[in-house]
Amino acid sequence: MSLAPLLDDFLVRAALAGLGVALAAGPLGCFVVWRRMAYFGDATAHAALLGVALALALEISITLGVLAAATAMAFAVSALSGRRLAMDTALGVAAHAALAAGLVAVALIAPRGLDLEAYLFGEILAVTRADLAAIWGGGAAVLAVLAWRWAPLLTATLSPDLAHAGGIDPRAERIGLTLMIAVVVAVALKVVGALLITAMLIVPAAAARPLVRTPEAMAAAAALIGALAALAGLWASFRWDTPTGPTIVSVAAGLFLLSAIGAGIWAIVAGRIGTGRGEGLRGEG
Amino acid sequence: MPPSPNPAAAAEIHLHAPPSTDPPAAEALIRLAGVTVALGGRPVLHGVDLAVAPGEILTVLGPNGSGKSTLLRTLIGAVRPARGTVWRRPGLRLGYVPQRLAIDATMPLTVDRFLSLPVRRPRADKAAALAEVGLGALGRRQLTELSGGQFQRVLLARALLGRPEVLLLDEPTQALDQPGTAQFYRLIADIRARLGCAVVMVSHDLHVVMSASDRVICVNGHICCEGTPAVVSSAPEYRALFGLGTAGALALYRHAHDHGHDHAHDHGHDHTHDHAHDHAREAPRSRAAAPEETP
Repeated sequence: MSLAPLLDDFLVRAALAGLGVALAAGPLGCFVVWRRMAYFGDATAHAALLGVALALALEISITLGVLAAATAMAFAVSALSGRRLAMDTALGVAAHAALAAGLVAVALIAPRGLDLEAYLFGEILAVTRADLAAIWGGGAAVLAVLAWRWAPLLTATLSPDLAHAGGIDPRAERIGLTLMIAVVVAVALKVVGALLITAMLIVPAAAARPLVRTPEAMAAAAALIGALAALAGLWASFRWDTPTGPTIVSVAAGLFLLSAIGAGIWAIVAGRIGTGRGEGLRGEG
Repeated sequence: MPPSPNPAAAAEIHLHAPPSTDPPAAEALIRLAGVTVALGGRPVLHGVDLAVAPGEILTVLGPNGSGKSTLLRTLIGAVRPARGTVWRRPGLRLGYVPQRLAIDATMPLTVDRFLSLPVRRPRADKAAALAEVGLGALGRRQLTELSGGQFQRVLLARALLGRPEVLLLDEPTQALDQPGTAQFYRLIADIRARLGCAVVMVSHDLHVVMSASDRVICVNGHICCEGTPAVVSSAPEYRALFGLGTAGALALYRHAHDHGHDHAHDHGHDHTHDHAHDHAREAPRSRAAAPEETP
């Protein structure tokens, strides 16, 4: 493998890690946005800290521990949503309880001198080859499942009833989505940290929204915007010696602002010119 | 009276014909037997027996909150009954037009893309389906840019693209004005004639329903009466539900008293009277027209 020596460079590994997370989180994040699951993403991501504590206690891989904790939290929260609680309250309780309990558990279990900040905000510059394998493996799996289930997932997101009538089980699609979010949480922990994983899901998708007219275009644009944010954020953090995870998310937020302002200006300009969008108002005779 | 459901099967939901229960009537596409549905712990439907036959136009009438939409959602499999059996002919193609579809503002969706969900359709088929429901070339428009009437027709076009054997519509004419409503029912009749599909439709438009349906069922937590439009409109259960409106009240009052003995029975259609036909047609029309004609 002629590219192998490149991976010796920690910056190259960091860039590949950021790209891997962004390319999977962008399209998946579109579903998080469409289904209004931002709080759900928070609860799942915050459970990552509990997973870290679990992994330290059992002496297993951090990624596995986080995957287990995030999956357990995701399903616990899904079960809550079936009941008649105010959903945002229930999710808020779950998200913050997981964060607080995770911090306490890590403090109790972790060896002295463990850098908690790495788990909260990521440690992309310390990504190893094994981390890269987990990130690209997990990311590729998520993208493959998304591509496979795209039409049923989209239909179930639009309307569970339409899904049923078309022979699709919306609950199964939701479970798949929940598992995919847990996988992204597990592989993104090292890159942006537990506190900012949800940002990698929703900010690129939100930035993509004004630029597109179909769900597929939104997924592609979200992946591109996330990738751009990852690379630009990495460069900026290296240049100005800022924490990398937060810098990446800041760049993504900047792109969101640009896209929102650009769309606003475009709407005003288009309104002035007075052109609609092509087709006349036909139909409904 | 409806046959009591087989107690052994009562607790199960059968999506395919189970060998242990009575086989459904050979011609039925969907059959409900002894179906009871609860939503969020609240009973919505109980003891519903219903068979949908190929090619029939079946209209579901009932006051608000009577379980009409729940009945439709049970037929498509979106709601699991607490008791009773739901049978659909294996491989049955359903076309469902929901009452509302809230498109989240965060989801970009063109009409073209929507028509290809979940199954991709050829461009020519989509154009033909839009033309069939009376819409022009608006495939590139966003769903959120459509008027209520256009949106409803796009939903119908999408349902038709699946060549449905049963077309289920939940209050399809809610967003339409009166001429639009009449036109819509003519469209449904055309579609039925051409595709030969059964149509199950929830509606409030009593007067149109009465002329456009083969069979009417009246729902209020259970099926309180059913039969041909003429039979149902003369049933006391129907009158009790759709009430003694303003203009038609006098005619109805007379009608009700002419057949006062009907009240003694649970199911009016079991006791149809020859002379009921004299009143069957004008009674529901005059009643339904009254609130709409007064400014």
